[in-house]
Amino acid sequence: MKELVILSGKGGTGKTSLTSAFASLAGNMMLCDADVDAADLHLIMNPDIRETHDFAGGYEAQIIPDACTGCGQCMELCRFDAVKPVQDAGIFHINGLDCEGCGVCADLCPESAITFEEKICGQWFASGTRFGDMIHARLGIAEENSGRLVALVREEARKRVLAARIDILLTDGPPGIGCPVIASIGQANAVLIVTEPTVSGIHDMERVAQLAAHFKIPAMVCINKYDLNPDQARAIEVIAEKRNMAYVGKIPFDPAFTKAMIQCKTIMETHGDSPAATQIRQIWNRVMAHPAMKMDRLC
Amino acid sequence: MIISIASGKGGTGKTTVATNLCASLDADLMLLDCDVEEPNAHLFLNPNITEEKKVNAPVPKVDLSLCTRCKKCMEICRYGAIAVAGKAVVTFPELCHSCGGCMVVCPEKAITETDRFIGTVETGSLGLPEGASFGQGLLDIGQVMAPPVIKQVRQLEGQKKLTIIDAPPGTSCPVIAAMKGTDFVLLVTEPTPFGLHDLTLAVEAVKLLDIPCGLVINRAGLGNDGVNNYAQKENIPILLEIPFDKRIASAYSKGELLVRALPEYKEIFKGLYTSIEALVNRKGAA
Repeated sequence: MKELVILSGKGGTGKTSLTSAFASLAGNMMLCDADVDAADLHLIMNPDIRETHDFAGGYEAQIIPDACTGCGQCMELCRFDAVKPVQDAGIFHINGLDCEGCGVCADLCPESAITFEEKICGQWFASGTRFGDMIHARLGIAEENSGRLVALVREEARKRVLAARIDILLTDGPPGIGCPVIASIGQANAVLIVTEPTVSGIHDMERVAQLAAHFKIPAMVCINKYDLNPDQARAIEVIAEKRNMAYVGKIPFDPAFTKAMIQCKTIMETHGDSPAATQIRQIWNRVMAHPAMKMDRLC
Repeated sequence: MIISIASGKGGTGKTTVATNLCASLDADLMLLDCDVEEPNAHLFLNPNITEEKKVNAPVPKVDLSLCTRCKKCMEICRYGAIAVAGKAVVTFPELCHSCGGCMVVCPEKAITETDRFIGTVETGSLGLPEGASFGQGLLDIGQVMAPPVIKQVRQLEGQKKLTIIDAPPGTSCPVIAAMKGTDFVLLVTEPTPFGLHDLTLAVEAVKLLDIPCGLVINRAGLGNDGVNNYAQKENIPILLEIPFDKRIASAYSKGELLVRALPEYKEIFKGLYTSIEALVNRKGAA
């Protein structure tokens, strides 16, 4: 069993469009949407949700107004500025948006006036799609612990891939280099970085390449919309080589991606003969031929 | 006034709007890049960075000669960042949220705090507009906690009459840390199904924070009219539509400001600012 994680550093370079195109090429595969913050893969995959699970991602402290004597110890203890006095009431209130869920105020309140309960921060789903099964999630708005939810959906996906003898898990990663990205790459065979030939695309690719190297995950690079700036595209090839990342190809700018998205389809389904689709097939073959994709990481 | 620029979906044009808005105004302003995982504004503004400050997070350090292995620290820690096993006391700094609980509960005062490096805040000046200042955060590679770095960048607020914040994508804690307490959220999206879906999430976050907002539609004409219909239904003012134009994409790819490549946009961004000012004042009056 193998896992490929699609990343980019910079958002909007085409991770999800490419992941869904791969889904239609990969055969015996499963999908995992690890962008739990702003998940979009389901818009193309139109999943038939078979299981829905709550994600209890953390705890939240709340002051019981009637039990609060207004001593203010919670406010002094809170490192996250979440405790504020209630105007003219002589008591305190905890702002849920700022509460980090550390529980220090609740444990140490002399009146035991602070409740500390587990809260549901999102949901995750096991679904079927026209290409194979898919594990995905939705983090509640303004919630924390996206990294833990990413870890959870990947763990579920990997478990099911193993049980059902699926060949490959395709994981659509989040943008950035922080907590959810780190949670999305551990133990993967390789990451494919989708970049674009712009100064930001290159800058962000280099940061995510450093992250992959830091965690010793082999990285490959492909360029989307390369014809927007062919000089920058060549610069990316040079950087890839310098950083010891396999360069696996480039895709021309093609409005067919957006047209396919509007029809809730992959570009392989709607414009299978387009130059972009031809390039994607080649990229997929090169990705699968990479030595890192030959090993079974889970058995 | 503080304007934050956010999007939900990444790559919709937050940085384009933030940097060009900044370069179009003759105001006493600063731009703060709070996308600390992937800060890009500097690539377009070329700030003169004059100061670099480390961002550290306090993590526990245990004096084993004072520790009685009572395990109170381990019991209060919700993050599994400190463990007592037999005679050993182990800390896991990368799991620590710096709540200070272990230090407070330790009856022997055996725990103190030490700094863990998580990122950098850089400050400097901008040539355009003259006298403007710049700040950005950089999360160190391999670190997970973006919000403390964002909060540190936002400490710079208030030095100028206008602060423009370039926020990270998404809708979770880093975005909230970048938008919270700002006077206006300018949402940037593209007219595609992905753009629309993530915009609806961003709007929910903005509503939760109760901040007035407006919309910029970037690459207008590329997709469909779902975003326009949604904005109309939700009563979100569309303040600007930037058409899909290869000249814009080409300037962006080279790190060139839109207002430099196509100077007619300077007045357009000035107009955008005037609309934002009017919306903020209206909220203030209400």
